[in-house]
Amino acid sequence: MKIDILHELNAERAARRAVVVVTDVASGTQRLVKFADIAKDPLHNVIEKHVRMGKSGMEETTQGRFFLTVHVPSPQLVITGAVHISQALAPIGQMLGYDVTIVDPRTAFASVERFPDIKVIAEWPDVALPPLNVDHYTAFVALTHDPKIDDPALKHALSRECFYIGALGSRKTHAKRVERLKAAGINDRDIARIHAPIGLAIGAVSPAEIAVAIMGEITATLRLKAEKAEAA
Amino acid sequence: MLSRDEDILKAAEDWRKDGRGVALATVMETWGSAPRPVGSNLVIDAEGNFLGSVSGGCVEGAVVAEAMDVIEDGKPRMLEFGVADETAWKVGLSCGGTIRVYVEKVS
Repeated sequence: MKIDILHELNAERAARRAVVVVTDVASGTQRLVKFADIAKDPLHNVIEKHVRMGKSGMEETTQGRFFLTVHVPSPQLVITGAVHISQALAPIGQMLGYDVTIVDPRTAFASVERFPDIKVIAEWPDVALPPLNVDHYTAFVALTHDPKIDDPALKHALSRECFYIGALGSRKTHAKRVERLKAAGINDRDIARIHAPIGLAIGAVSPAEIAVAIMGEITATLRLKAEKAEAA
Repeated sequence: MLSRDEDILKAAEDWRKDGRGVALATVMETWGSAPRPVGSNLVIDAEGNFLGSVSGGCVEGAVVAEAMDVIEDGKPRMLEFGVADETAWKVGLSCGGTIRVYVEKVS
């Protein structure tokens, strides 16, 4: 590997951007494909598949055998609301490999006793969220039911490229939320990115079941192509 | 793979920038039960120092030895280890799998 490819690879990884090194196994020639450039690459179909699955691997193509070294950032799960559902959602997220952060300015909720081994920030979203580097590899979930907390957090998430944004609340609650966000200047395309009511329709009743429904929806969004994830 | 491991690729870059001869080994294919997944890396310098793993210990010694030649002549190699290959390689994988490891020079 040429040192300039290695350097660029490490720079992309440090910036939490997905990146692929394509090695022609027969000749040893290599190229670096940045996430933003995948569509332009002759092997874009297989590269896109590998990046979505986050897996390196060998590919036999008409142009030869290529090894794809795939680097995707570790995903993070950011939750507003140190609520009952979060007590189940946070450990499930950790089990699935997510770096989990809970934001809730209400200190009675955001206590260590309620969330052992979870990063909990007892601050308002405008203070807590900017340092978290909410990006494409972030799933954002709003669970407080309190517009004072959830709305600014959702606006922050919408301003970034989060792969998943979900908000708790019935259709009626969400309709009111949509009105507020529109009044705040959020466009329809962005509002459509919010999964609400949140979670897969599995008939979840208990907080833990709702957490499973949410994590299922996040996983479907991460791993399936867009149209299949919508159908899930 | 998720970038949670110790940062082997950063070490590879730093070692090269220090002026050391460096080779990078990557698990490219596995069959059967293999100890480390495809994409796992081992970085080796000309002194035989290494970081990371391609097998959890079974074949690292052989990879490091081969890496010396790669650093020397600059030609990448595909190494194969496994039960089917005992005659070619004195080392094998105790778990019974087969792995192919690509060793290339960082130049």
